[in-house]
Amino acid sequence: MSTVIQPTRPAATPLRFATPIGGVAGTSFKPEHLPDIREAGPRRGFFEVHAENYMGDGGPPHRALEAIRRDHPLSLHGVCMSIGGPRPLDKAHLARFRGLVARYQPALVSEHLAWSTHETSFFNDLLPLPYTETTLACVCDHIDQVQEAIRRPLLLENPSTYVAFRESSMRETEFIRAIAQRTGCGLLLDINNVFVSATNHGFSALDYLADFPLSHVREIHLAGHAEQTDDEGDLLLIDSHDGPVADAVWKLYEIVIRRRGAVPTLIEWDSKIPDWPVLQAEAAAAQAILDRHQSAATGGERHAA
Amino acid sequence: MRPEASLSFADSFAPALLDPARSTPEVVTGPNGKAAGRRYDVYRNNVTVSLIDALAAVYPAVQRITGAEFFRAMARFHVRSNPPTSPLLFQYGREFPAFIEAYEHAQDMPWLADVARIERAWLDAYHAGDAAPLLPTRLSAIAPGRLADAVFIPHPAMRIVRSPFAAVTIFAANRDDAPVDRIDASRPEDALITRPEFDVAVRHLPAGGAVFAACLASGQPLGEAAATALDASPEFDIAANIAGLIEAGAFTSLACGDAS
Repeated sequence: MSTVIQPTRPAATPLRFATPIGGVAGTSFKPEHLPDIREAGPRRGFFEVHAENYMGDGGPPHRALEAIRRDHPLSLHGVCMSIGGPRPLDKAHLARFRGLVARYQPALVSEHLAWSTHETSFFNDLLPLPYTETTLACVCDHIDQVQEAIRRPLLLENPSTYVAFRESSMRETEFIRAIAQRTGCGLLLDINNVFVSATNHGFSALDYLADFPLSHVREIHLAGHAEQTDDEGDLLLIDSHDGPVADAVWKLYEIVIRRRGAVPTLIEWDSKIPDWPVLQAEAAAAQAILDRHQSAATGGERHAA
Repeated sequence: MRPEASLSFADSFAPALLDPARSTPEVVTGPNGKAAGRRYDVYRNNVTVSLIDALAAVYPAVQRITGAEFFRAMARFHVRSNPPTSPLLFQYGREFPAFIEAYEHAQDMPWLADVARIERAWLDAYHAGDAAPLLPTRLSAIAPGRLADAVFIPHPAMRIVRSPFAAVTIFAANRDDAPVDRIDASRPEDALITRPEFDVAVRHLPAGGAVFAACLASGQPLGEAAATALDASPEFDIAANIAGLIEAGAFTSLACGDAS
């Protein structure tokens, strides 16, 4: 891979690996919480932002992110790279992403196993892909390009899905394991996504997690979901990020942390955004679970049942 | 099992996302042979609703004026015919003012498109590059005989929107929830949009001011720009206009021939 990526602006400082942040709980950063966050001062934890919201040239968004980054570790979460799509990556978008990594030196950098752009249209949703040898090769090539550009490993997030593709020939866990092995990327395990997909596709979330390459997991996402029904009237869960984490997802989280040890964990809450104390309380609940398992933080996957 | 399957899945999956007349793509299914109709509709709904929400975020005053139901119906047409081409949603909706102008149900609000143009310029100013505005003392330091040759560099956030309607007053009255008094919409108004530090400001330009500011922003020297503005509006006041533009943060620097 010899792709040369020109950043939109020269990187101010050479890229370096940020210090690991350990087993702490973080929250999505929402600008409406900034006054509360600044008033409270530096606290344990980290903030995650959607990279695309900070791809403008200047103005208040960058001021807010600088203020957050001054006192806290940052997680940069890309939503629109279309890594799972069949088309070549958008070079301009990749350069913008690289520029943000260079400027803000985030502790964590992640993207999705999904696609959102096709032909000239941007659909603003995380769309699913079939799991085949062909799509695997394409996804791996895209991740190579991203990692080449940002000069550090990317964390890839497992999707939540509502449909399956008839042509899929691999399990999702098998597909993700192969990506991690071939590209050296880390994984962002979204446990709500596992729960949503398990319900929607009728598989066991515990079986999925047992088959998931936990030793590659460097971050966990927890979020709320909503309920609908499918064509047959059966429960269909929607990955809505608009409420508290469900009890069943907390249980799965505790199982994962017991096996994996403590890893940075994000409470994702992106719509019907609550007041800052409510979001903080969700993070505190995750932190309590992490703190019970801190000693296991560095060992990777444990094999005891 | 077709491991050699092509990468055409997106060609099959994408077209129906914004076209309700198309049926569910054949390539997808529910588990164990279950139907995929309502399942695929989740993606259709996510795409359409999130893009309508994106337009509502760019055009809050337009939505307040029309009401949410009218706005979302109008935005749905636009989203389906003009989906974004960039993943940066704060760039979306540049064609929406022209769409509003032609929208059959908005014909009794002929000023609505210009309110939308001010909102689009407001958001561009919000995300524009950071730059320190020109200090007024820079202008007073220039010898009076050289002033006509002064050339101004526009601030990255500076925008001008001209309207044959009272678009600035209507915009300003509808960007928050305060009650709106009756507005005479027939008075022409030109807007200057700036962001000298971090707050976007929208000003109503005096007569000739928009022509003058546009000439300066395009690199015309001060004397030439003033002459053009006077041609356009005999009541144009050069001293008040240049002071007003500098105070608003419309420029970052100026050059004056070989003195630059």
